[in-house]
Amino acid sequence: MIAAVVTDQEGTDGRTPVELETRRLEAYFGAHRALHGISLAARKNELLALIGPSGCGKSTFIRCLNRLHEETPGATTRGEVLLEGEPIYGKGVDPVQIRRRIGMVFQRPNPFPTLSIYENVASGLMLAGTRRRSLLDPVVEKSLRQAALWDEVKDQLDRPGTRLSGGQQQRLCIARALAVNPPVLLMDEPTSALDPVSTARIEELLVELKRSVTVVMVTHNMQQAARVSDQTAFFLMGEMVESGATDQLFTNPRDSRTEQYITGRFG
Amino acid sequence: MNAWRRWKNRLMLALLAALAAVTVMPLLAITFYLISQGASALDLAFFIEAQKPVGELGGGMGHSIVGSLLLVGSGALVGIPLGLACGIYLAEYGDRERLAPWVRSALELLASTPSILIGVFVYVLVVVPMKGFSLGAGALSLALILLPLVARTSEELLKLIPSHLREAGLALGIPRWKVVLGVVLRSARPAILASLILAVARIAGETAPLVFTAFGNPNFSHSMGGPISALPLQIYTYAISPFDEWHRMAWAGALLLVGAVLVLNLVTRIAGGSHDRGSSD
Repeated sequence: MIAAVVTDQEGTDGRTPVELETRRLEAYFGAHRALHGISLAARKNELLALIGPSGCGKSTFIRCLNRLHEETPGATTRGEVLLEGEPIYGKGVDPVQIRRRIGMVFQRPNPFPTLSIYENVASGLMLAGTRRRSLLDPVVEKSLRQAALWDEVKDQLDRPGTRLSGGQQQRLCIARALAVNPPVLLMDEPTSALDPVSTARIEELLVELKRSVTVVMVTHNMQQAARVSDQTAFFLMGEMVESGATDQLFTNPRDSRTEQYITGRFG
Repeated sequence: MNAWRRWKNRLMLALLAALAAVTVMPLLAITFYLISQGASALDLAFFIEAQKPVGELGGGMGHSIVGSLLLVGSGALVGIPLGLACGIYLAEYGDRERLAPWVRSALELLASTPSILIGVFVYVLVVVPMKGFSLGAGALSLALILLPLVARTSEELLKLIPSHLREAGLALGIPRWKVVLGVVLRSARPAILASLILAVARIAGETAPLVFTAFGNPNFSHSMGGPISALPLQIYTYAISPFDEWHRMAWAGALLLVGAVLVLNLVTRIAGGSHDRGSSD
């Protein structure tokens, strides 16, 4: 039932070390088990794509990785999640501190509606108490450059963030997540609400972002997973059927269910 | 066939327009009657003088204007923070707190309590032990009427803020209470401000609870511990008197009260309108 993956911490195969890892992770909504013991690892500066049909648990999975799952009333988890080897569900671990190190971008662009572009990017720092413009300015510029949005908005930083186009808003949200400098970025179908041109821009951006952060991305778009990810995991009905190098998974899947899904026979 | 449909459509539209006109009619009738009866008494003295003894000419409702401002102001000062706190608690933590359904029911009961009972309650609780009517007791009774109004409307308005904004804040590593204050409350602020103005306008016209608490006072007063006049109370005093002069002032006071509430409503509409344009995209 569980397709356990043996993960080596040291990257003996020449790959980068493991940054974020789950061990037999289970997620519950009340008594309903939505994830059935997922063991999966994301390596530093790689992009791990999670694919699978709707309702397979991939969004629930990444919401467990930054402890957002437990914010839903009645939602609980079992098993382990390790960030750089430390358990994030350990006793006395503050989810707020974990979320500072694991950023998240959501399916729909969700800039804060009453804040300007500048304030949106700086919001993580401002709400944590940093107010000095001299400290915020460089962070805002760097984050917007990282999110490939700086050139488009540098002259209108005081305009409301919600006035931007959908694609720009999503890059604004990426900049907002990057501003607190997290080593890991989670993305929950970040392009599913966007047009093809905006999607292509975000995909280009993802390839750039991998240099500085580890990315775990949910996508329902298999072509997208094939284009941008290094590793891919296939989820089905709360289980992880298969994971491995993206090339291998798409060209030579080990499990027949994976093959059926990627060839479009269900889902 | 088509002609019949068009005709039916016109008939229904005319019917709805007529019903809408019937709805607006009482307000217009009240306003015009108030103007015709009270406008002549609206002079400078009306705004700056207090009630004169019977037999003396002149006098006004200055003391009641000051009294209403003090009563409503201090009532709002107590009722709004408490109501907002309740609303935030119910909207943001209500789904995980065992106490929340009880708080919600208690607020519903308080909201449906006749306002005169609130007055009697404060009379027993404050006026009797303190051995006197007072501005403080009046303000407290207004605060008790304001509290459930503010709590329920702010809860509803906060719940309209989509949960993905809360999640966006939480995902940035911001503690929940800061997300609530810095993101959720901030997003709902224009709507909440508008609802507060309407709630304050609502208590400005309350009369019954003040009879047992503020009591009324023919003179200027600003003491927390003493009885104080209020526009609705003074309107009552003037209206039941046998003097034409006082009747006219009662009309003028009513005109002032309705006018003030109307202005507050308009301010809310205009502020709300400009906000809608600002955030539309």
